[in-house]
Amino acid sequence: MSQTTKPKLVVIGNGMAAMKTVEELLESDPHRYDITVFGAEPYGNYNRILLSNVLTGETNIDDIMLHDKAWYKRHNITLHCGDHKKVVHIDRKNKHVTSQDNTQATFDTLLIATGSNPFIAPIKGNDLDGVIAFRDITDVETMINYSQNKQHAVVLGGGLLGLEAANGLTQKGMQVTVIHKSGSILNRQLDTHAAQLLQTELEKRGVVFLVSTQVEEIQGENGHVTQLALDNQHTIPCDLFIMAIGVKPNIGLAKEAGLASNRGIIVNDTLQTYDPSIYAVGECIEHRGDTFGLVAPLFDQAKVCANHLAHHGVGAYRTLPQATKLKITGIFVFSAGQFNGTPNSESLTFEDTNTGAYKKCVVENNTLIGVVLYGDTQDGLWYQQLIENKISINAIRPLLAFGKAYCQPLLDEINNSTQPHQQNDLATEIPA
Amino acid sequence: MSLATAATHTPVLATDKKINTTCAYCGVGCGITAHVNEKTRTVDVKGDMHHPANFGKLCSKGSALGETLDLSSRLLAPEVNGKQTDWETALDTVAERFSSIIKEHGPNAVAIYGSGQLLTEDYYVANKLMKGFIGTANIDTNSRLCMASAVVGHKRAFGADTVPNNYDDLHHANLLVIVGSNTAWCHPIIFGRIRAAKEADPQLKIVVIDPRKTNTCDIADLHLPLAIGSDVKLFNGLLHHLHTQDALDHDYINTHTNGIDDALVAAQNDANSIADVAKYCALSEQDVTTFYDWFTRTPKAMTLFSMGVKQSTSGVDKVNSIINCHLATGRVGKQGAGPFSLTGQPNAMGGREVGGLANQLAAHMDFNEGDLDRVARFWQTDNLAQKPGLPAVSLFDEIDKGNVKALWVMATNPVVSLPNADKVKAAIEKCDFVVVSDCVNKGDTLDLAHVKLPAQGWSEKDGMVTNSERRVSRQRRLLPPAGEAKPDWWIMTQVAHKLGFEKSFNYGCSADIFKEHAALSAFENTPTQKRRDFNIGALAHLTDAQYDAFMPTQWPIPHIADTLEENIAYANTHSTHFFTQGGFFTPNQKANFIALTTKKPQNAPSANYPLILNTGRLRDQWHTMTRTALSSRLNQHKSEPFVEVHPNDAKKYNLQAHELATLTTQWGSMVCRVDITTTQQESNIFVPMHWTNQYANKGRMGALVNPAVDALSGQPECKHTPVNITPFAQAVRGFILSREPLDLTCEYIVKISQDTYYRYEVASSSTPKHLKNWLAHKSGANLNPPTQELNDPQAGIYRAANITNNTVNYIVCLANEFTAPKLPDRPYLSSVIAHTQSTELDQKVLQPLLTGIAPIGVEDTGKTVCACFNVGEKTILNTIKKHSLSDYKQVGKHCQAGTNCGSCVPEIKILLAQ
Ligand SMILES: Cc1cc2nc3c(=O)[nH]c(=O)nc-3n(C[C@H](O)[C@H](O)[C@H](O)COP(=O)(O)OP(=O)(O)OC[C@H]3O[C@@H](n4cnc5c(N)ncnc54)[C@H](O)[C@@H]3O)c2cc1C
Ligand code: SF4
Ligand code: SF4
Repeated sequence: MSQTTKPKLVVIGNGMAAMKTVEELLESDPHRYDITVFGAEPYGNYNRILLSNVLTGETNIDDIMLHDKAWYKRHNITLHCGDHKKVVHIDRKNKHVTSQDNTQATFDTLLIATGSNPFIAPIKGNDLDGVIAFRDITDVETMINYSQNKQHAVVLGGGLLGLEAANGLTQKGMQVTVIHKSGSILNRQLDTHAAQLLQTELEKRGVVFLVSTQVEEIQGENGHVTQLALDNQHTIPCDLFIMAIGVKPNIGLAKEAGLASNRGIIVNDTLQTYDPSIYAVGECIEHRGDTFGLVAPLFDQAKVCANHLAHHGVGAYRTLPQATKLKITGIFVFSAGQFNGTPNSESLTFEDTNTGAYKKCVVENNTLIGVVLYGDTQDGLWYQQLIENKISINAIRPLLAFGKAYCQPLLDEINNSTQPHQQNDLATEIPA
Repeated sequence: MSLATAATHTPVLATDKKINTTCAYCGVGCGITAHVNEKTRTVDVKGDMHHPANFGKLCSKGSALGETLDLSSRLLAPEVNGKQTDWETALDTVAERFSSIIKEHGPNAVAIYGSGQLLTEDYYVANKLMKGFIGTANIDTNSRLCMASAVVGHKRAFGADTVPNNYDDLHHANLLVIVGSNTAWCHPIIFGRIRAAKEADPQLKIVVIDPRKTNTCDIADLHLPLAIGSDVKLFNGLLHHLHTQDALDHDYINTHTNGIDDALVAAQNDANSIADVAKYCALSEQDVTTFYDWFTRTPKAMTLFSMGVKQSTSGVDKVNSIINCHLATGRVGKQGAGPFSLTGQPNAMGGREVGGLANQLAAHMDFNEGDLDRVARFWQTDNLAQKPGLPAVSLFDEIDKGNVKALWVMATNPVVSLPNADKVKAAIEKCDFVVVSDCVNKGDTLDLAHVKLPAQGWSEKDGMVTNSERRVSRQRRLLPPAGEAKPDWWIMTQVAHKLGFEKSFNYGCSADIFKEHAALSAFENTPTQKRRDFNIGALAHLTDAQYDAFMPTQWPIPHIADTLEENIAYANTHSTHFFTQGGFFTPNQKANFIALTTKKPQNAPSANYPLILNTGRLRDQWHTMTRTALSSRLNQHKSEPFVEVHPNDAKKYNLQAHELATLTTQWGSMVCRVDITTTQQESNIFVPMHWTNQYANKGRMGALVNPAVDALSGQPECKHTPVNITPFAQAVRGFILSREPLDLTCEYIVKISQDTYYRYEVASSSTPKHLKNWLAHKSGANLNPPTQELNDPQAGIYRAANITNNTVNYIVCLANEFTAPKLPDRPYLSSVIAHTQSTELDQKVLQPLLTGIAPIGVEDTGKTVCACFNVGEKTILNTIKKHSLSDYKQVGKHCQAGTNCGSCVPEIKILLAQ
């Protein structure tokens, strides 16, 4: 293959956003760039989302690999991966990057996708052994190792990640306590009623919850955590302490290179940074004030970014309402939109204690603006579509809680008879 | 006689036996062949192929008799002051209280209020006890409400309460005039015979005279929607017309009647021209002329009349205005020609024969010197009542005033059915001592009783009944009595014994009583003396076996030969018609014309009460529903009390279809659903008579009706009460389906019994913040927590259900609006809760239950149209569509609907037209 005639694309970060972008690019314009990827983790690209399932044992690391090293080879991508390949410097002037082990690569175009770092709470003792986060394969391996000979695990944070960790560790046989600052778990994703249902279900599975509680100090012996002092004056035993209280965009490198950043690296609608030759996608960016923590928007970003990298020059990125999913077997939760309501909103609920299903629809001006589903989340995407398309739910209101099968025929009927031109809006399904 | 051995003389029962008996619901008196399984206490009911009333057909009520034998709502043991006790104690209490009240206040301080549902033997004992031995004629029955005007009208004209014709005449007539009778619903089998006659002879003309366009009009050639209460004018006009057309039968008039001249003059003065008549009756001249012409030129003309004629302050006059026309044309008691009164109740005729009304003495004898003497001698009593007692409406007035202090109610529900029912209720509440014999354990009247006595029900009783055409039939025992239940005659006999009349009430079984009754009918009334029309002397010497095997026979059955067979054979050939050749029971044996002038109904509409309230019966309910309400098939038909309103009135009074309305009269008020229909005349509204407090807390029509009565018959004017109607603003409305009965407290509740569950329709006018809280408040601790709940407070929707082990225990649907989709379809949800086998329901049905919509693959048949075969509206519509049907008979072929009694045929035709 003739070399050096092609422009060079260098990618920092070998995670989900980065590789999705590369993949999209290869699809639309496979031969445009010479591509080099740097990754601080010693693997190909894997599906980070499924780390939770690796922890429970439902799947293994091999199965969550999205792109193994052979894939890079096949596509003529140079991959530098491992701790020492972590990029430590970007020279914008001379257009090259340098890794820890001094590997250098020059670029015509640079893509930054460094993701985010777990937020480590500034609590005394957070540097003790046995205090970890839940972000990568190493963390999962650590947890699995502990579970084989230690008893007490404590998860700080009752969010999605924390609950998945708690569930996995419980299944691995540990006694798990979740400490949550607010009074109701998953408070960013669920209303209090659904949260209560979820908590009850997890308690049945053995997880202990301490809500409205904070950790004052992590105490240890011989440099290893042994117990936690709580703000309620109690202490609880702890062999493994997992912080799952959020992430911070990983922007150190970009900042050092003088790229405009705020909470994240600031990008425009084409995912371009203030430096026209540098793009950024994923959890490390800030777009119109938003930062990100779920993959769906990252994949949208990847599509738009790849399009511009390929010089097709169409497409602008917009953040759409996000739906929540919790990956715990047998538990289905879904939420989208403003499920806690607004001052002018109304809400309707459905609950079936036999099946454990709970649904809440929040309505404002006859359109759905938010939804919480617990137990039966089958129609989650359909509700999300109703929210996004701002469809009037007047005619289907009594049936709204019963989902697509009951409502969509009515909507189609109304749509066919009154507004044939809008048909497409309703007919489109959100891709899975 | 000791209590234990009393009434042991009952027929032996067998399991899985075929027994012929008589329907318990209406005066048509259809024969029934019952297949009885005593072990399972089930009765499979079929029409008796050989009974001359129905020849094997039954209507939906009759067909459902087997479904109303459930023991769960039966009164099974006597109760005194709310406490269960034994018969001895209960009967002692009754006897002691009655005798002490009689001792202190005289015999006129006690009364019996009975019913056309009692058997002849029960009636006889009640009448004999009161008039013969206690010495008061204060015994009246609910027949007063349906029959009294016919009795008096017959007696004025014929000198006796005689129905001159029979059902078979329907098949020989060329003109049938049906007046004030929704025969299609009230006497379905008669209607079926008329329909058959019409189909056999398309020349047969049918005229329906009724303010409402009822289902009977379905087969009418001419419908005259006359103004309520204007019947006398119409028939006076007819008499005058017959006269001017020279259509009088002078031979018959001259030889067999009195008073023609006065009657003709009065008719001319009252109804001089067709134009006058048409105007007064609010009819078109054309229609009146057509009717008069048809009647004039059709010798074989019958006039069938019922409540619309009789329940009026001029009820007796109306009856006589009809009879006048028949006498004037000699059309009385001839094959295919005559006036014919249709009785409402199964044994109203039997009651009349016994003399069970306050103004009759006994066995078609009256309070005159000769009869008083005769009866006193026959009964061997010196305490015979000497003058008529209090007829129903006055009776309850006197109770109210405290003059009557002890009341014994049998087999009827006056708190519901009498006019001015709230006052009746208050009167009974005040009464010192109230005894109620009934077969059910809850009832608006029963609830007020000091002593409750369990009476045997239809399937347990044994005796005789007489239908509208004078046909005496056996009602036979099918099942052993429920609990401690006893025959009504036995209960009264025991009280008679305790009052010291043991010798005169020494009956071992119902046959003993019937034979005495037969003997009295023939007492000093030999075929040659012929003092009285009612004579069944041939039955005075029946053996028990003959009594048991008695075949339906029309009276008179005089004793003219030695053997029963010969006497019956004689009756079968001679008793079909009365008066064909005159022979009336007046002093000169001639019939009386009555000179009549039309009277306005007593209470005229006013500014405050601008409309006229008309009342009546529905096809599928019997009287006050204590029995029929138990059958779910019957309840599908029209399940809530409703008021029929003309569209113009609906507009005028701001009424919406299916919403509720409050009806107010000077006497009371009621809440019911609005049914807007052009079958109803403007300025008139119609309300059914069936709902009671047990089933509808605000649905008692009786509370509305004015207490005006016919001066001659005492029959109340139920068809004409000035009334006001206003919308009932519903802040909450909805329904609850529940397997268990609920104790609900709210403004509007209707309870509808189904096989395996109850349906409650509820409404309230006050606005609750949350429907959910409202429900909790209204049902108290009554409902278990729901397992499913849909709550949309701002939209005004609340639905909940309790499902345990796949069994639906209850479903609640409430809304702040009546319109779908806020309240789901009742029939579908009903069909789900009706499943008793939990395996029949899967999650596919249960999870989306509160949508109220059938998941795909689950059938929704719609509201029941054909009650007999339980065929729903949607099924019929689908059948029609699928097979492109155009005729109701084809519909029947494909889905059975309309093939039994056929009373749903009009509704099927409407569906065909859609
Ligand atoms: C356990 C777990 C479960 C999750 N479950 C879900 C879920 O169910 N649904 C959902 O939508 N989201 C979920 N997420 C979040 C989702 O995984 C992230 O949003 C997504 O992975 C972010 O993608 P990214 O490419 O921006 O960052 P990452 O996937 O974190 O990729 C960034 C990569 O860059 C590397 N890197 C960083 N700095 C450098 C550098 N200087 N040089 C070289 N390499 C560098 C990092 O090592 C990392 O491999 C989950 C996350 C975790 C941890
Ligand atoms: S018509 Fe009357 S008697 Fe005959 S079955 Fe019906 S209710 Fe019974
Ligand atoms: S058909 Fe329908 S309701 Fe009835 S008896 Fe007959 S048919 Fe009845």
